[in-house]
Amino acid sequence: MTWEVVIGLEIHAQLTTKTKIFSGSSISYGAEPNTQANLLDLGMPGQLPVLNKAVIPKAIKLGLAIGAEIGRRSVFDRKNYFYPDLPKGYQTSQFSFPIVDKGGVVEIEVEGETKKIGVTRAHLEEDAGKSIHDAFPGQTGVDLNRAGTPLLEIVSEPDMRSAKEAVAYAKKMHELVQYLGICDGNMQEGSFRVDSNVSIHKPGTPFGTRAELKNINSFKFIEQAIELEIERQIEVLESGGQVVQETRLYDADKNETRSMREKEEANDYRYFPCPDLLPVVITEEDIEAVRAEMPEMPDAKRKRYVADFNLSDYDAAFLTGSRAMAEYFEAVVAKTNEAKVSANWVMGELSKSLNQNGLDVADSPVSADMLAGLIERIQDNTISGKIAKQVFDAMLSGEGSADEIVENKGLKQITDSSAIEALVDDVLANNTAQVEAYKGGQEKMFGFFVGQVMKASQGQANPAQVNQILKDKLK
Amino acid sequence: MHTLSVKEMSEKLRNKEITSVALTQHYLDRIDQYDGDLNAYVTVTPELAMEMAKQADDMIAEGKGGLLTGIPVAHKDIFCTLDVKTTCGSKMLDNFIAPYDAKVVEESRKLGMPILGKTNMDEFAMGSSSESSYYGATKNPWDLKAVPGGSSGGSAAVIAAGLAPLATGSDTGGSIRQPASFCGITGIKPTYGAVSRYGMIAYASSFDQGGPMTRSAEESAWMLDVMAGFDERDSTSLEQPKQDYVSTLNNDIKGLKVGVPAEYFEAGLDEGVESNIRAAIAELEKLGAEIVEVSLPNKELAVPAYYVLAPAEASSNLSRFDGVRYGYRCENPTDLNDLYTRSRSEGFGAEVKRRIMVGAYALSAGYYDAYYLKAQKLRRMVRDDFVKAFEQCDVIVGPVAPTPAFNIGEKSDDPVSMYLADLYTIPVNLAGMPAMSVPAGFSNGRPVGLHLVGPYHSEAKLLNVAHQYQQVTNWHQQMPESYQ
Repeated sequence: MTWEVVIGLEIHAQLTTKTKIFSGSSISYGAEPNTQANLLDLGMPGQLPVLNKAVIPKAIKLGLAIGAEIGRRSVFDRKNYFYPDLPKGYQTSQFSFPIVDKGGVVEIEVEGETKKIGVTRAHLEEDAGKSIHDAFPGQTGVDLNRAGTPLLEIVSEPDMRSAKEAVAYAKKMHELVQYLGICDGNMQEGSFRVDSNVSIHKPGTPFGTRAELKNINSFKFIEQAIELEIERQIEVLESGGQVVQETRLYDADKNETRSMREKEEANDYRYFPCPDLLPVVITEEDIEAVRAEMPEMPDAKRKRYVADFNLSDYDAAFLTGSRAMAEYFEAVVAKTNEAKVSANWVMGELSKSLNQNGLDVADSPVSADMLAGLIERIQDNTISGKIAKQVFDAMLSGEGSADEIVENKGLKQITDSSAIEALVDDVLANNTAQVEAYKGGQEKMFGFFVGQVMKASQGQANPAQVNQILKDKLK
Repeated sequence: MHTLSVKEMSEKLRNKEITSVALTQHYLDRIDQYDGDLNAYVTVTPELAMEMAKQADDMIAEGKGGLLTGIPVAHKDIFCTLDVKTTCGSKMLDNFIAPYDAKVVEESRKLGMPILGKTNMDEFAMGSSSESSYYGATKNPWDLKAVPGGSSGGSAAVIAAGLAPLATGSDTGGSIRQPASFCGITGIKPTYGAVSRYGMIAYASSFDQGGPMTRSAEESAWMLDVMAGFDERDSTSLEQPKQDYVSTLNNDIKGLKVGVPAEYFEAGLDEGVESNIRAAIAELEKLGAEIVEVSLPNKELAVPAYYVLAPAEASSNLSRFDGVRYGYRCENPTDLNDLYTRSRSEGFGAEVKRRIMVGAYALSAGYYDAYYLKAQKLRRMVRDDFVKAFEQCDVIVGPVAPTPAFNIGEKSDDPVSMYLADLYTIPVNLAGMPAMSVPAGFSNGRPVGLHLVGPYHSEAKLLNVAHQYQQVTNWHQQMPESYQ
């Protein structure tokens, strides 16, 4: 019998608020150490937490998106432990009564097969600060800027059976929280952190002892780390050893996981309800208000793109890959009313240039409006598709709108039949040998004439008209 | 000047018969003269007091401020006070200069009440005698051999000895009322949430409540008016308009239903205390009150429940004192664990360590249900007793403490007998209801306090009853001879 892999994920999604979950300090990334820590964040005596209510609808949004029960009365608990970057000596979290309760499900697709992954719960909590071990020789520095940052910890069921499934689930959740606008998904800055609990067992026997892989900041590395951990556990068990419950770190440089070497006594966090905070009571009206603001979910969007826009599954999946991408695309279509052409431009020139410049679609130098303006000029024959690419490049380098560029550069398409006729006449007169060959049955020569006319017009002649006039003249 | 009532001081200040500078200096002089023996202040702040007094005189001259502008105040050392050492009676915070004002201090400062200093207390408010302070025991002005009660023993002593006209205290299991009773002064623990806990160093957050400690009920009403009110910085602060504590003081109490629980007069109650309380009840009857018998059958459950719940919260609340960011840090720590272990072992006193250990135990895996959850159930039963009793009466009366002040050292080696000194006050904290201690006589020369307990939000009623009682008695005006 072969080993069965069992994986559950804990995802920490940093919520997109301006301030911390229990204090008014900013949570913007990258500030000087301890410049975003006020008296509360420092754990000063007598300081009291006040809930930043902006986190509530964000958590409800996730709950609604995955079809989970919303905790009507969720309670903040204290998780007690000592660490220098935990100023109060406890982390405020939710233990017995989370804001997103059971029932959540997320659908993933791996190698053509769809699978449902259960979400056990999601709860609100505050982040800890950061210990800095390399700034002061022989000493550890503490930066409390991050302490109190609002997190939604999303806990899955142990439903995944391979590293691929785990990554598919993590990506799905990553897409979801960004679509919902509750997390910016930035894995490098730690806004979206994935901890993987991995174990193996023989089917039909109880689950094996799990190891936790923490703080891996890319999907690629998550997959590699899980694969390595599976191999390691198989090796340990097959050589008669036992898997130890522990936290392991993934070293991308050495491509190995290793134990954090912490004493793994069963931690007793002595959870109890935080007496400084009132329970969060959520009414039916609160839920309905959030429901009314729910954006269209990616799966629904994909189906709509195929049905309404007549796009392929591939195109629909690409264009709904992020909420920003879908919004961009829909803004272009809204103006052009041409889904397929718009899709080609967004997926083609636009995405290519964004990739080359390492830009997100939200930061595109060519706005949806500008791109739509370009497509419109193709549609009304002001410019050809070929010239359009030239105009697009000019827009990219900030030379203005399509109209401005066409005007300034004199790129307007030649649609005057007599002007085109004159060009055609010239080409035919200068290439008599080729004309003879064509008339002698070498129909492939037609392309040569088109090319010559376009060249003579510096690309600005309307290709359809060029074709028509050439055909007439060569009869 | 210290024998004047605060009302008289206020009138004289506004009539320019006295100045805040003179009044404040008078109290500073008395502190100099008497506090060496009493040890009621941890920190005296003469420069701050005099500077504030000058400002208060300016405010009065400009017709600004309120009735308490210019009247000095002493704050229990549990309230953070900007730029002033705030120790909570602990070695742990011996070097802690607070970087901000507690809400209570902020309000008194805004009003122009000169801060005389910070009063002594049981370490982290854990105690009933003020003996557990790192700064040594405070003594009872009525008898220097006796404790002043605790944990707000310093505040009670400074009022009794005339070393401050007004003081603040805090009450988690009786810490305002029991010292008020032992020192013969008036004190009120308001409804939980009436006074903001912002800046009040937490002991047991779901019980802690600040309140005034004064000579008379009228002064408590004035002071509570300064201290109470909604504060968005405290999530458990009551979001409702503040009561008018003052204008109802003179209402007569004819027809007031006074509940007397049989359970408050059982074995263990000092005879002298009982006879004084019975006499006080008779006095209320003379004022037109109707005496009804009520029952609080679960009173016995209160002390055990409290000594699970309060330490549980304390064990977590006191985790922040870890030697990392402020407060006491052990010398030459060898590693992180050593830093934590020694800073906390050396920085906390015995009673604090005892409660942290009890609390951590009650919350630990496998014991949580049996201790913490069970105690929460008992807490509800005790509260329900009160709710039921108040269907039959307007206020409940009884003794604040089973005995008058005991001697220093008498109970300090026996925590359980110390805990039982609070058996009448603790049930009220479990319920979160308001209660007062009102001077009601003496037993063997030591003061006795009458306990007035009311339903939620009945502070104005309690103060009214106490004030009416004080119109026909003069226990609250007595001062120990050597401090007159």
